[in-house]
Amino acid sequence: MSFPWAQQYKPTNPFMRWMDDRLPLPRLVYNSLGAGYPVPRNLNYFWNFGILAGLCLGLQIVTGIILAMHYAANAGVAFDSVEHIMRDVNWGWMLRYAHANGASAFFVVIYIHIFRGFFYGSYKAPREMVWLLGVTIFLLMMATAFMGYVLPWGQMSFWGAKVITGLFSAIPLVGEPLQQWLLGGFAPDNAALNRFFSLHYLLPFVIAGVVILHIWALHIPGSSNPTGVEVKTESDTVPFYPYFVAKDGWAVGAFAFLYCVMLFFFPNALGHPDNYIPANPMSTPAHIVPEWYFWPFYAILRAFTSDFFIVPAKLMGVLAMFSAILVWFFLPWLDRSPVRSGAYRPLYRKFFWALVVDAVILGYCGGAPAAEPYVMISQIAAIYYFAHFLIIIPIISAIERPDPLPFSITEAVLGKDENVPLSASPTAPFPGTQHANA
Amino acid sequence: MIRIISILVGAFFTLGLAWSFGNGAYQQITEPPPATAEHHFHLAPKEVHFASDGPFGKFDRQQLQRGFQVYKEVCSACHSLSHVAFRDLTQLGYSEPEVKAIAKGFQVPGVDPNTGEAAMRPGLPTDYFPKPFANDIAARAANNNAVPPDLSLMTKARHDGPAYVYSLLTGYQNQPAALLKEFPDAKTPPGLHYNPYFANLNLAMPPPLTSEGQVQYGDGTKPTVDQMSKDVSAFLVWTAEPKLEKRKQTGWPVLGFLLFATVLGFLSYKNIWAEKKGKKVH
Repeated sequence: MSFPWAQQYKPTNPFMRWMDDRLPLPRLVYNSLGAGYPVPRNLNYFWNFGILAGLCLGLQIVTGIILAMHYAANAGVAFDSVEHIMRDVNWGWMLRYAHANGASAFFVVIYIHIFRGFFYGSYKAPREMVWLLGVTIFLLMMATAFMGYVLPWGQMSFWGAKVITGLFSAIPLVGEPLQQWLLGGFAPDNAALNRFFSLHYLLPFVIAGVVILHIWALHIPGSSNPTGVEVKTESDTVPFYPYFVAKDGWAVGAFAFLYCVMLFFFPNALGHPDNYIPANPMSTPAHIVPEWYFWPFYAILRAFTSDFFIVPAKLMGVLAMFSAILVWFFLPWLDRSPVRSGAYRPLYRKFFWALVVDAVILGYCGGAPAAEPYVMISQIAAIYYFAHFLIIIPIISAIERPDPLPFSITEAVLGKDENVPLSASPTAPFPGTQHANA
Repeated sequence: MIRIISILVGAFFTLGLAWSFGNGAYQQITEPPPATAEHHFHLAPKEVHFASDGPFGKFDRQQLQRGFQVYKEVCSACHSLSHVAFRDLTQLGYSEPEVKAIAKGFQVPGVDPNTGEAAMRPGLPTDYFPKPFANDIAARAANNNAVPPDLSLMTKARHDGPAYVYSLLTGYQNQPAALLKEFPDAKTPPGLHYNPYFANLNLAMPPPLTSEGQVQYGDGTKPTVDQMSKDVSAFLVWTAEPKLEKRKQTGWPVLGFLLFATVLGFLSYKNIWAEKKGKKVH
């Protein structure tokens, strides 16, 4: 795909011409990250987080592969092998802190990326596949991160694994055998640690594969943009190279700076001290909490404290926790507003910010002990969470009166667009609505 | 259709949550959870500073050596230090012959070269600090049914670790009268010791540092209980992360380079975009 005005790859070097006829790999790069990919000119900094997420994935794979050269996935020595990396492997401490904080950085970036999608309606037609693949990547990331956290075999590793695999036991009839089958035993032990290590090594490459599909699907309609108005003419776009290479370049630098502040000066700030205690099945930690990026979902899991009719509380919690992410898959069809961007949706915008606050509250409660008032607060917050996606979005998208859209991206950036037809004068009630889904 | 299903699913979860909330609120009103002594009398660690704190922090090697002495003469009777090898002590400023001599002073498990039977032998620099008890059962038997934890990672394994260790060592006291008045059942059981910095207020470890001069420092520092506690806490910061100093020292040039590269990147971004920028809208 591309817009008709996209620049064409014209190799001048004889070798590149030879190559282009046989394996057009340079052409692929040119058309996806080079001058051959026209991008809306009005993208703001929230559009930098896709490339940052890709960078994080690469960073995790590289540091992870090297760590795996020194780590031993055996319940007897796993904890000690991590300390061996921290003390005796050359620059091992840096690799491990880079990997542990890299996971946090990855989730920071991905949450901003997802909420960018919520605000600007990036999930809407014609980009549903981009969105569905993105949610799939997020689920794979959660699985990978969870299994990675088990590998150091500290107290939180062990008890986190016990709690999370214990969720499967809530499934009626098959729950308990399923849990034992997943763990390879009655409790997390060597069998579980080994398979978690194997899968933790495998899944990032599965993620990388889905990322390729995600980018492929994105490049069919091209990037969305802050106005939500589709690209119309050449003046709406700039070529990816040099414009977005330059913008992404300095964003990568700024991101790397903040990441290195964490890595070198606060490497344990986001971790739990209990994970520096070796796993001990006989001693339960006072508060079992997952890593910070799971806290909102953990709060939802723990918010269900009473059986609801025939559904036991635990099963309700498990259903709700998984549904909290699964609802994202349906978002393109729950939100039927023809206007894409939250910038032109006054009512939706308010609820969007309420969701941001709600997610922060859920996160805070998920990291707090399972006691009052946190449980009651997380119950209220979880009510809003489900109401937001399943009730509020379908309703407001039907009743909301959106603000007038600009005729084009060019008009939004420059204040005027020479291509504005007379019929779309700014006095018409919704000059842009009919274009939004074009 | 999908919206009707969605609203029904939404109603299922929100009603389930509202039901849980109602039950929880009712229980909170009818039977509020009882107050506990831990909740009222547990204290956050004291404020204390070490040379290794902060982005420019460096180990005070003199203090680490004093702390090591406290560990060797007091703590090592019950606590292992299993992630630290004698060879690591060169990082505290000991010379290699000194490390050899220190290692020799410890008996480590080995094999009799003639019979092949298990035997003890003097330590070598490549050996790790030996464990004071053969196993957890022996440790429990000797310590009022509590296993003294390994100290290698202690300052990373507790919130605010170094301050926690220091506060615990200096925090032993008699149970406050107010506590016994409010919570008569919370009297410290025999064999345990009251310490408000410990999570459940009573711990099995008797006060390890009790009198000034318990350890004789060679460098002329006055060995008060406070000083010894601080020194051994500083030593445990080192055992938990021997690479702490290197980490911070590496961080500065890395940040300097990234700042430089990012500024250059920003300037070229500005340059490249100069003629494409219009007025700012969203």
